[in-house]
Amino acid sequence: MSYIAAIDQGTTSSRCIVFDQSGGIVSVAQREHRQIFPKPGLVEHDATEIWTNVRAVVRDALAKASLTHADIAAFGITNQRETTVVWDRQTGEPVHNAIVWQDTRTDAVIKQLGDPDRFRERSGLPLATYFSGPKLRWLLDNVEGLRARAERGEVLFGTMDTWLIWNLTGRHVTDVTNASRTMLMNLETLDWDPELVSAMDVPLAMLPEIRSSSEVYGTYEGVPVASALGDQQAALFGQTCFAPGEGKCTYGTGAFLLLNTGDRPVRSQNGLLTTVGYQIGDEPAAYALEGAVAVTGALVQWFRDKVGLISSAAEIETLARTVDDNGGAYFVPAFSGLFAPHWRSDARGVIAGLTGYISRGHLARAVLEASAWQTKEVVDAMNADSGVDLTTLRVDGGMTANNLLMQFLSDVLDVPVVRPIVAETTCLGAAYAAGLAVGYWPSIEALKANWHKAAEWEPSMEPAARDKGYRKWKKAVERTVGWMDEDDD
Amino acid sequence: MPGPIQSIQRAAEVLKLLAHGGAHQLSVGEISRALDLAKPTVHGILRTLQEVGFVEQEVEGGKYRLGAALFQIGTSYLDGNELRAKALNWSDTLAMRAREAVRIGVMHGKHVLVVHHVFRPDNSRQALDTGALLPWHATALGKVLVAFGEWPDGELQRFTRHTLGADELSGQLDFVRDRDWAYDLHELVEGEASIAAPIRDKRGVVVGAVGISGPVERLCESPDQPPRLELVSYVREAARSVSRELGGLSW
Repeated sequence: MSYIAAIDQGTTSSRCIVFDQSGGIVSVAQREHRQIFPKPGLVEHDATEIWTNVRAVVRDALAKASLTHADIAAFGITNQRETTVVWDRQTGEPVHNAIVWQDTRTDAVIKQLGDPDRFRERSGLPLATYFSGPKLRWLLDNVEGLRARAERGEVLFGTMDTWLIWNLTGRHVTDVTNASRTMLMNLETLDWDPELVSAMDVPLAMLPEIRSSSEVYGTYEGVPVASALGDQQAALFGQTCFAPGEGKCTYGTGAFLLLNTGDRPVRSQNGLLTTVGYQIGDEPAAYALEGAVAVTGALVQWFRDKVGLISSAAEIETLARTVDDNGGAYFVPAFSGLFAPHWRSDARGVIAGLTGYISRGHLARAVLEASAWQTKEVVDAMNADSGVDLTTLRVDGGMTANNLLMQFLSDVLDVPVVRPIVAETTCLGAAYAAGLAVGYWPSIEALKANWHKAAEWEPSMEPAARDKGYRKWKKAVERTVGWMDEDDD
Repeated sequence: MPGPIQSIQRAAEVLKLLAHGGAHQLSVGEISRALDLAKPTVHGILRTLQEVGFVEQEVEGGKYRLGAALFQIGTSYLDGNELRAKALNWSDTLAMRAREAVRIGVMHGKHVLVVHHVFRPDNSRQALDTGALLPWHATALGKVLVAFGEWPDGELQRFTRHTLGADELSGQLDFVRDRDWAYDLHELVEGEASIAAPIRDKRGVVVGAVGISGPVERLCESPDQPPRLELVSYVREAARSVSRELGGLSW
């Protein structure tokens, strides 16, 4: 019996999950890495630490299940998207800490580039601090001598998939989904766009080759490395959303709603991103609309680590259940601005509706409810762009263990919320794509047969309560914008 | 060596009462009646416990419940939401392997509280029953929890002609302790069976049980035989995996 090992290089940790042919989990290993905050708004990772952790979690996951590399049919990779690293081609040493997707240091670069929509037609993305291209530009402008070295071909750029594949196999490649988040790739040609590359002023020589999401890139310890997908696209794949109109929402550090729009990119009129969903080998790429919410699980972590009212993330449900409602408090966690559908980098977080009545239980409720209201804003935008109303929300990610949140989500969206039987869809998607590439699974139909409902929450909120809650939420959101001034760091 | 300190004994009684009282919130009057102590005494104990965070009140003058500080000390208390979060992967995997519904239970007063439920993976219409209470003596989950815990007071309601009485149960719990898993056969619902195994925390204390349930035809070789060993092994493996997640077993 052989297995597929998925490596999930995430924002807070790296994991390796080994799957069997039914999509069941055989073993899991995980290691957290340091979050480096040099200044407010700046977030970095040590790429070398991450590579060390990835090797360790692969070793641990195999050891836990008493497996060796010979038992593994393929490795699949999924990764935190947009996080940007540049390294020396000869030594493999990063020239700077990786700049994490949440990092807002490129605010000035973005402003300087002008009209937020100038690259939308080619890249599908609005100009925002989030994407890799501006981060790469910042490195080229700020690391001494880097531009000259890049032009001489001495240093390489990559998102985390590229960094790992280069370390695992020696090849300098990325996949279409990760490339679609650089703001440098043309959505139609699926290749680096000369105009975008020159507007961002990035040397072409340092960019990786763009490949499909499901093919053998090379080998590690004799095992094919056979998939790469950005984490959210991997979750779309793991939820087997292979048909246009199928979508999912993943709850992790942030929340990401992706809707498969088939073989044509759909441009958003409502603040969503157009992105590549996946590409299997030589087949045409599948596109997706994406609504990104920056802070969902991160707010619970903040509540645990910075406020200290709970000692584990799961305890927030216990605390929230000590009260019946939010007591009128709304928490808009615009910690690094508002993402979809608002895209306001000048916004910062607000707790609105505070009175002397509000207890920590109410705050815990407001923390959880923030995830649901933010999802509702994105679902509304997606319904408007696609012209079709969402009828069921497929969810995954760690926060789906929170029953109170899942019920509230169903209540505010007024549609059933469904969790599939493997909540680890991000890893599962990477495993599926790798397994397809090496023939471990015969077809996407075989993968669809593995999808089963594990839980379902039905809406039960009165329409008047939903409308009032949403109205208050929107008023709270209005209070976040325009907070940042010119002289703020 | 000095003798036991009465006020600490009394404080412990108060905490036990708050931990096991079904409602989890009690007034000074209720505690004073239950422990046969004078109200001012109870009030004094509660105020001291409140100062150190072992009990808390939602509002001034309201009922008391266990405080957050107590939970952080790491007694046998395990947050049910925490258990669900830790068990998520392994209960999913169990449902997939066994092709049956999975539930995770903890004792809550005299009943088994369902803290997690995974649907049977056949995409049929099923309702989530997280938060439901099950009778301990007619379910595999309950037998595991009581075999490794305390026998709760109260009537043992007969649900079917197969529901066990106290004597038979007591014998079966010895078996459960011996084999480290339990089953029920037609005992809650005629034609249905369940299998469960214990989840242990890092001190080896049983903090929950995970199990599957379904029609007897699928769980057993024949209607009056114990469950199929293959299914038992899946359940036990899931229980061990969750225990590992809680630090309860070494690799």
